[in-house]
Amino acid sequence: MRRTYLGEFEEVVLLMVAILDGEAYGVTVSQELETQTGRQVTFGTVHNTLIRLEEKGFVNSNLGGATAERGGRRKRLFTLTPAGSRAIFDIQQLRQQLWQQVPPHTIKLAGI
Amino acid sequence: MTSPGKPLPQPPKWAGKMLQFLHPSATLEEVEGDLAELYAYWYRQYGKQKATIRYILAVFSVLPPFVRRRRPNHSYSQPLLLSPAMIRNYLTIAWRNLLHQKAYSFINIMGLAVGMTVVMLIGLWIYDELSYNTYHQHYPDIAQVWGGGTDPQNSTIEGSYALQYPVGPTLKDNYAQYFKHVSMAFGIGECTVSTGDKKFSKRGQFIEENALDMLSLRMLQGNYQSLHDPHSVILSQSTAETIFGKEDPMGKRLRIDNLLEVTVTGIYEDIPRNNHFSDIHLFLPWPLLVSYREWMKEGATDWDNRTVNVYVQLQPNTPIETANAAIKDLYSQYVPKDFFTTIEKNKPFVQLIPMSSWHLYSEFENGKPAGGRITYVWLFGIVGSFVLLLACINFINLSTARASTRAREVGVRKAIGSGKGQLIVQFLSESYLVVLLAFSVAVVLLLLVQNPFNELADKDIALPFGQPLFWACMLPFLLLTGCMAGLYPAFYLSSFQPVKVLKGVIQHGRTAALPRKVMVVVQFTVSVMLIMGTLVVYQQIEYARNRPIGYDRQSLLTLDMSDPGYKSKQEVLRNELLRSGVVASVATSSSPLTEVWNVTGGYEWQGKDPDLDASLVRCNVSPDYGKTVGWELVAGRDFSTALATDSTDAIIINQAAVQYMGLQNPVGQKLTDVDEFGTPKWTRTIIGVVKDIVMESPYEPVQPAIYFTNEDAYALLHIKINPAVSASEALPKIEAVFKNIVPSALFNYTFVDEAYAHKFSQEARIGTLAGVFSLLAIFISCLGLFGLASFVAEQRTKEIGIRKVLGASVYTLWHMQTKEFVTLVILACILAIPISYGIMHTWLASYAYHTEISLWIIFLTCIGALLLTLLTVSYQAVKSALMNPVKSLRNE
Repeated sequence: MRRTYLGEFEEVVLLMVAILDGEAYGVTVSQELETQTGRQVTFGTVHNTLIRLEEKGFVNSNLGGATAERGGRRKRLFTLTPAGSRAIFDIQQLRQQLWQQVPPHTIKLAGI
Repeated sequence: MTSPGKPLPQPPKWAGKMLQFLHPSATLEEVEGDLAELYAYWYRQYGKQKATIRYILAVFSVLPPFVRRRRPNHSYSQPLLLSPAMIRNYLTIAWRNLLHQKAYSFINIMGLAVGMTVVMLIGLWIYDELSYNTYHQHYPDIAQVWGGGTDPQNSTIEGSYALQYPVGPTLKDNYAQYFKHVSMAFGIGECTVSTGDKKFSKRGQFIEENALDMLSLRMLQGNYQSLHDPHSVILSQSTAETIFGKEDPMGKRLRIDNLLEVTVTGIYEDIPRNNHFSDIHLFLPWPLLVSYREWMKEGATDWDNRTVNVYVQLQPNTPIETANAAIKDLYSQYVPKDFFTTIEKNKPFVQLIPMSSWHLYSEFENGKPAGGRITYVWLFGIVGSFVLLLACINFINLSTARASTRAREVGVRKAIGSGKGQLIVQFLSESYLVVLLAFSVAVVLLLLVQNPFNELADKDIALPFGQPLFWACMLPFLLLTGCMAGLYPAFYLSSFQPVKVLKGVIQHGRTAALPRKVMVVVQFTVSVMLIMGTLVVYQQIEYARNRPIGYDRQSLLTLDMSDPGYKSKQEVLRNELLRSGVVASVATSSSPLTEVWNVTGGYEWQGKDPDLDASLVRCNVSPDYGKTVGWELVAGRDFSTALATDSTDAIIINQAAVQYMGLQNPVGQKLTDVDEFGTPKWTRTIIGVVKDIVMESPYEPVQPAIYFTNEDAYALLHIKINPAVSASEALPKIEAVFKNIVPSALFNYTFVDEAYAHKFSQEARIGTLAGVFSLLAIFISCLGLFGLASFVAEQRTKEIGIRKVLGASVYTLWHMQTKEFVTLVILACILAIPISYGIMHTWLASYAYHTEISLWIIFLTCIGALLLTLLTVSYQAVKSALMNPVKSLRNE
C-alpha cells in the first residue's frame, strides 16, 4: 500500500486523538495541544486537520455526546482507524531506528 | 469561575450569526458546539476580554475561504449538469409556467422586448455613427487639411477647413512623398442644373480629377478619368435618373446655373447617407471653376483669401503624424516673405484631420478636434444600457417576488436528488427561454419601428438581419441579457432549503424584500433622471427658439440670385413684385440672414486698442433691407434711398459691434477699412445701431457685424410677403413675376423661418430621440411596478379579506398597499434630483446662451413619477380592496 504522507502537525493531532482515547473532538484536541505542546493554534487549523485526517482514512468520526455547556449540540468524536494506528506506529519505528544510529557524541544537550 | 447558578457567559452575538451564515452547513452543529465550549473554557481561564478575542479569531478561522469542507461519507454520483432530457423537462416546465401566469409572462416578455428593441435601435444608431465615411475604400488614409493660427489676443488656436488656393499646389509640389493624392475642392451648394427647359436644384462640388480615385467612387459608367475634360460632369445615379429618367445620360449636355455648359461623362453609384460626400449630387472638374470665376484665376498666388478645401490621401504606410509634422510649417516656408511678415504674429499652420474624425469630432477646441457627435454616441450608449438594466431588473424582481410559487417545486426537486447546480441550470434556462421569446418580439418590434425611427433620427438604417456581424453581436448580447436577468433569481431560488420550503416556511422577513426595494429605487432613479434630462434639453431648445433674433422671420422669403439672368433686371423685378400686391417689401444682400458668409479683418476706428486685430461680420445690403427684414434700430437711423451719400458714406452696426468696439456714442463715429499693409480702403460714418441679428448658432453670442449699402455682390433676394395675404396665395403670383422677368432661373426659394428652425434640427432630433427612450424607460419601470403590485396584492388577498371583515375601509387598504411603493419612488426622486441637476448643469454650461434649470421641471418630474406610480399601483390595490371578502376567504 502506498504510504500516505503525514505532515508534522497532522502527526501531532493524530497522536492527540490516540491519547484522548475516544474523547477526542475539537475542544479537547485544541486544549491538549495547547497544554501539552504549548502551541497556540486557531481552532480552524485543528478543525481542518481533523477533517483532512479523516479524508486520508487515519481517523473515523461519529456524532454524539451533547451537553448543556455546548447548548445541546452534538460533538464529532474522533477515533483512530487501524490505518491511523499503523501510521503513527510506523513513524515511531522509523524515528527509533534513526535515533539508534545517531552517535551519542554528536548531540550535546548541555552545550559545553 | 462561574458558579452553577450564574448564566453561562455568552460570546458576541454577531460572530455567532456570522458563523451560522457562512460556515458550511455540514459541520455547523459541531463547530458551534465546540466554539461555545471553548469560549466558556477561555472565559474561565483568561477572562472575558481575551476569551472574546480568541472566540472571534476562532470564528474567522472556520469561515470560508479558510475552512475545509467536509465531504459526505457516501458520495452520490452527481447527475450530469446539462443532460438533454432534463433540459427538455426544464423548458416544458418553464413553458407551462409561462402559460399558467399569462399576465406575468406578458409583463416579463414585453418589458424585456421593449428594452431589447431600444438597445438594438441604439446599437444600430451607434454603429451607423461609427461607420461614417467607411464607404470609401481608402478611409484610413484620407484626411482633410485644416488651417489654423493663434489669436494674439487670447492665445487660443482657431482655424477652419477653408484654405488659401496655393496650399493645394504647394502640397502637391513640395510634399509629394507623403501624399498619394492631393485634391482641391470647392462646394457651390445648391445650383440650378438645366437641360432643355427642365430645371433642377442640385448640390454640386468642383473637385480635381484624382479625387474620384481617392474617394473610390463606384463608377457605373465612365471611369476615374471622367473629369479630365474641363467641360465634363459626373452625376450620382439617382441624380441622373431624376434629370434624364430612363434615357442614357452619357454624352448629354447640361447647363449649370445657366452659365456653364458641361457634358455628362460618368455616373457613380449613390454614396450612402452616412458619408461626408453623400449630399453631393454632381462633381464638376476643377479647371472649369478656374476658367469661369475671375478671382480663381489669380487664386494660385493669393495667400490672403481662404476659399478652397483640400483633401489628401496619404501614401501607403505613411503615418498621419509624420505627414502632419512635415507640413506644419508650410506657411513659413512657402508664403512669400513680404506677405508672411504681416501674418507671422498669428503663427499660421496646417494640419491633417483624418476622415474618421470628420463626423464624430467635428468641433474644434484650441485647434484640436474635441467633440461633436461622439457626445451623442456616448449619451445614447449610456441610455441604452440603462434601459436594458431596467428591463432586466423587472425580470429579476418579478422572478424573486414570485419565488414562493416555485418554492415547493424547488423543495421537491431537491428532495428527490437535484443538486444546486442543476437548479441553477434550470432557472437560467427558464430565463433564456424568456429572453429568446423577448428577442423574437423585439425583432418584430424592430421591423415595425424601423421607418418611424429612421425618420426621427434622420438616418437610413437598414435592418441587418442578413449580416453575420449582426448575429455575431446578438449572441453575446443575448447571453449577457440572459445572465443579467436570470443569474440572481437562479441563485436565489436554488438556495431554498427543502425542509423549510416543504414545510411551507419561506423567509418573509424585512431583509427578504430589501434587494427588491433597492432595485425598484434604482429603476425609478434612472427613469426620473432620464425624464428630467430630457425636459431640460427641451427647455434649452425652447429657450433658444424664443431668443430675440433681431428681425421678423415671418413670411420672409429668400432667393438665390446666382443665375446671370438676374443681372440688370433687379429694378424691374423689384417694381413688378411690389406691383403684384402680395409683396410688402423687397431687398437684396450679400449673405443670408441665417448664415455668416463673410468675416473680414483690418478695421480702424477712434479709440481702438492698437493690439486688437479687429474682425467683423460684413454684409452688403440694399437700402430697404432693414424695412424688409424688420430689424430694430436702437439708435440713429436706417439707410435711406433719398440720401445718395448713404451708399458711400453710411454704415449700420449691431449692438455686439458697439460693445466690441468699445464705443460710447456710436452714431456719428467713423470706421475705416484698411488692407493688410495698413492703407485705408474706405472710411464710413456710423448712422445707426441695430439689435443683434442671430445669424449663426442660436446658442452662441452674436458676432459683431456691420451692414452697408453699395452696388456690388447682391447675391440674395429677400421678399417680405404682404401680411394681409397668405403665403400659399402669394407664392404663385410671385412665381409668375419671376417666370416673366427671369425665365432662365429656377424659382427656388426658402422661407427664412424654416431656415432658422433648421438650426435646431439636430438638438430637437436628439431631444425627441432621448424623450422617446426616456418614456420607454419609465414605461418599463412602471410595467415592473405593476407586476410587483399585483403580486403583493395577490399574496395579501387573505389578509385583506380579514381586514375587511374586521372593518377596514377601502381607503385604508389602498393606503396600506400603495404606501410602500410611494416611499420607494420618493426615495428615488430624492436620489435623482442632485445627480441629474449636476449633470444637466454641466451640459447647459457648454452653451453660451443657455437657460437655468427651473424648479418646476424638477417638481413636475417628481410629481409625475409619483402620480404614475400611484396610478400603476392603485389599480391593483383598489381592485383587491374592493374584492368581496367572502370570495377571498372561502377557499382554503
